[in-house]
This record gives sequence, C-alpha cells and structure tokens, in this order.
Amino acid sequence: MRRVVPLVITFITGIVIITGLFVPHDPLGQIEGTFLVWYAIIFGFTLMLGLDSLIRIHANKIRRRQPGFGYSMVLIAAVVVTLVVGIWSIIKYGSAFDMRAPFMFIYMNMIVPCSATMFSLLAFFIASAAYRAFRARTIDATLLLIAGALVMIGRVPVGHMLWDKFPVIAEWIMNVPQMAAKRGILIGVSLGMIATSLRIILGIERTYLR
Amino acid sequence: MWDKLAKIDRRIIFVLIAVSVIVPFITRMAMSIRVSTPVRKAHQAVEELESGSTIIIAVDYDPSSMPELQPMLYAMLRHVYNKKLKVILMSLIPLGPPLGHMAMEDITKEYDLKYGEDYIFIDYRPGERAVILAMGRDIKSIYGSDYLGTPLDSFPITREVTNFDDIALVVDLAHGMSADWWPQIASARYGQKLIIGGTAVIAPDCYPYLDSGQIEGLIGGLKGAAEYEMLVNRPGVAAMGMPAQSIAHLVIIAFIVIGNIAYFALRRSKPDTTK
Repeated sequence: MRRVVPLVITFITGIVIITGLFVPHDPLGQIEGTFLVWYAIIFGFTLMLGLDSLIRIHANKIRRRQPGFGYSMVLIAAVVVTLVVGIWSIIKYGSAFDMRAPFMFIYMNMIVPCSATMFSLLAFFIASAAYRAFRARTIDATLLLIAGALVMIGRVPVGHMLWDKFPVIAEWIMNVPQMAAKRGILIGVSLGMIATSLRIILGIERTYLR
Repeated sequence: MWDKLAKIDRRIIFVLIAVSVIVPFITRMAMSIRVSTPVRKAHQAVEELESGSTIIIAVDYDPSSMPELQPMLYAMLRHVYNKKLKVILMSLIPLGPPLGHMAMEDITKEYDLKYGEDYIFIDYRPGERAVILAMGRDIKSIYGSDYLGTPLDSFPITREVTNFDDIALVVDLAHGMSADWWPQIASARYGQKLIIGGTAVIAPDCYPYLDSGQIEGLIGGLKGAAEYEMLVNRPGVAAMGMPAQSIAHLVIIAFIVIGNIAYFALRRSKPDTTK
C-alpha cells in the first residue's frame, strides 16, 4: 500500500498533465490548471524543507564542535536575522521587497556585494585555468583552442578594432558549429527527459520512493 | 626559461587580470561597439510593438549575475518606456524581484510612470516551469495579486490581462535554466513572442531557439547589454565595461599563447618530461 498509492498518484497526475497538452478544453484543462497551482504550493514547501535541512546540518556541526563550526554559527545567525528582518518588513511595509523595507538594506548592502564578489572571483580562476589547461596537445585540443580564442577576440570590441573580420568569424562559429552541437545536445537531453518521465509515470522507475 | 614560462605563478596572472580590468575604468577608456545580429533582432522585436502594449519582463537572475544583466534590464526598460509600453515585472527565482524593484526606482525618476498603470510588480511565485504553464492558461490563477497583496483586477495594467494572449512580448533576463523553460513552454506551447537576455555563459545555449524562430532575439552577456545600450542611445555601465573586458580577454589569450609556446619548446627540448 505504501508503494502503490504514490505510484497511482504519479500515474494519474502524469497522464492528466500530458493529456491536458493535447486536450486543453475543460474538464481536463481545468484539472491541469488546479494541479499546477498545487505544484506551486508544494514547491514552496520544499523551500522550507531545504531551510530545515540546512539548519539541522549546521546545528549538528555546532553541537559536535566539528572543524569550522564557527562558520556554522555565523550562517545560522545570518539565517535567523534575515528571516526576522524579512518578516518584520512584510508586517510593516506589506512586502520585504519594498525599497523602504529593512530587508532591502540587507539585500543591497550584504547579499548583492557578496554574491557579485563571489562570482567575480571566477574571472581570475578562469584566466589561471585557461593558461594551464589550454594546451594544443592533440588536433581536437588545437581546434578547441583556436575556436575559443577566435570567439574571445571576436566577441569584444577590440576584436573589431584589430581586424573587422574577427566578429564575423566569431558569429559564424556561434551560428553554425556551436549551434549544431548545442541542438544535438538539446535534442538528446529532451529525449532522455521524455524517456525518464515515462518510466516514472508508468512506475518503472521508482527510486523517488526511497 | 621555457620551464618558468610554462609554470607562471598564478598570482602574477591574478595581478595582471586585475590591472587589465581596473586601468580602463580609471583612464575612462572608450571603444566603439559593433551591434550583432541577435541583439539587433531583439531590439527590432521591441521596436515593432504598438504603443500601449503590455509586456512581461522576467527578472530571472540573482545578484551574482547582476553585473552582466542589470545593465541589460536598464537598457530594456528605457527602450520600453521610450515606446510607451506597459511592463509587468515578475521572477521565477526568489532573489530576482528586488533587482527589478531597484531598477524601476531609478527608471521612474527618468520617466513619468504610475504604478498600476505603466508598471506593476507581481514578483515571485514558486514552481518554475509550473508558473509559466499556469500563466499560459490564466495568469491570475498563479498571480492573484501584486507584491503587496492587492488583487490584480484592481490595476488598469492587469485588469484586462488573462493569459499570454494578452501579452505582446516576454523578455526573460536569465542566468540559468529559465532561458530553456520560457522557449520550451511559453513559446512552443502558447506561441508567445519571446526575447532572451542571458549571461555570456548561457547565451550560446539559446542559439538553437533563435535559429528556429522560437525566440525573436538574443542579448548575450555584458557585450550584448552594451550593444543594446548603443541601440537605445544611452551608453551606460555595460558600454563602460567593454574596454576592461576587451583588455582582460587579450591578457588571457596572451597567457594561453605563452603557455603553448613554452609547452612546445619544452616538448622539443625534453620530449620525455612533458608527457
């Protein structure tokens, strides 16, 4: 019973959603619309689950005084402060995203600078990794290297200043070989997703029940 | 010597990259920017809209991609309000909406805009793909109210809007999977006209959609944002960043060339040690 009920629910909702694509009229269309709203509500609860999991992991780390538990204390303090400030902002201003809300102070002065800085560090590591890894050891590696260099030069204004054909070559690489490869990958991934989805809907794939 | 060139300390690379990015900003270097075809198509798609049309701008990125995509959002909003269009701002990710709010706070100072008539924030709802699917049937089934909880029927901008049939264009500014979801659902299933503005990392993934006509245009990375700024005649942060990006790219290519020269020189002199 514990395994049969989830399988039946999966089968029914899967079939209704797929059929709703081909028969959008009521009642199937109405049922599909209702399922989508339920999905959004359940998705919201998964965010809560994620938060719970995060706090448990770090609380355990603090309790056991594992290496780096100080960072876990900072993380949990940040979660609590952001949550309290966010809820207070909603109560006072109707939304945490109102420009006058205290939450926006945290967002603009902490989240934005820290996130942008973390991502900006990538530029340095990419430069170092490119220098070390981009070696023309084989013909394939050489082709990759030349294509990468041409796109890098052609996609910035200095490429046009050096030679007006660089942007044309870069655009050709993006529009022809790159797009062909991406299209192949996209089709492959989509076929894989269809196969996996059918296996889940038909109850052949049951790993999600564990 | 070749051995040293093949193993340059990464700190030297970091310093040179930092210098190549900082110096152009300090010296206020400028470069002419050539507009590419995908960005021109995106601009044309907005240009063809009738005044008074309603569009959706999905702010599907967070602060980590803000340096690349926020200039794109500003350029797009300026173009949209030059055309006197109406904008519904939403997001499929939780940290996206504040970026839309921040941009609109600046844009409303440039144009005489009224909340509820010229723009509205409907912000975030969980569900990702399900949100797009639901919007295709009935936007108010998933977004019953604006960000302050006021019913959408209260606002002139959304009173007559039911689903994508009433939306002239969707602009998705994306740093992740939403650049796939919008074409696969809104465009493929509901025939919604779509423009994608993405980071330089995900923009190449969108070329198949551009070629097949599932999206009207594509704005890729900071360069794409700079091109769009040129097209709306308001060079801004993105255009300012082009010299820095150009020189940083040249520095990276220079290091790659040096590394390969050293590699081949070492291979020639010591064939056994370089394998």
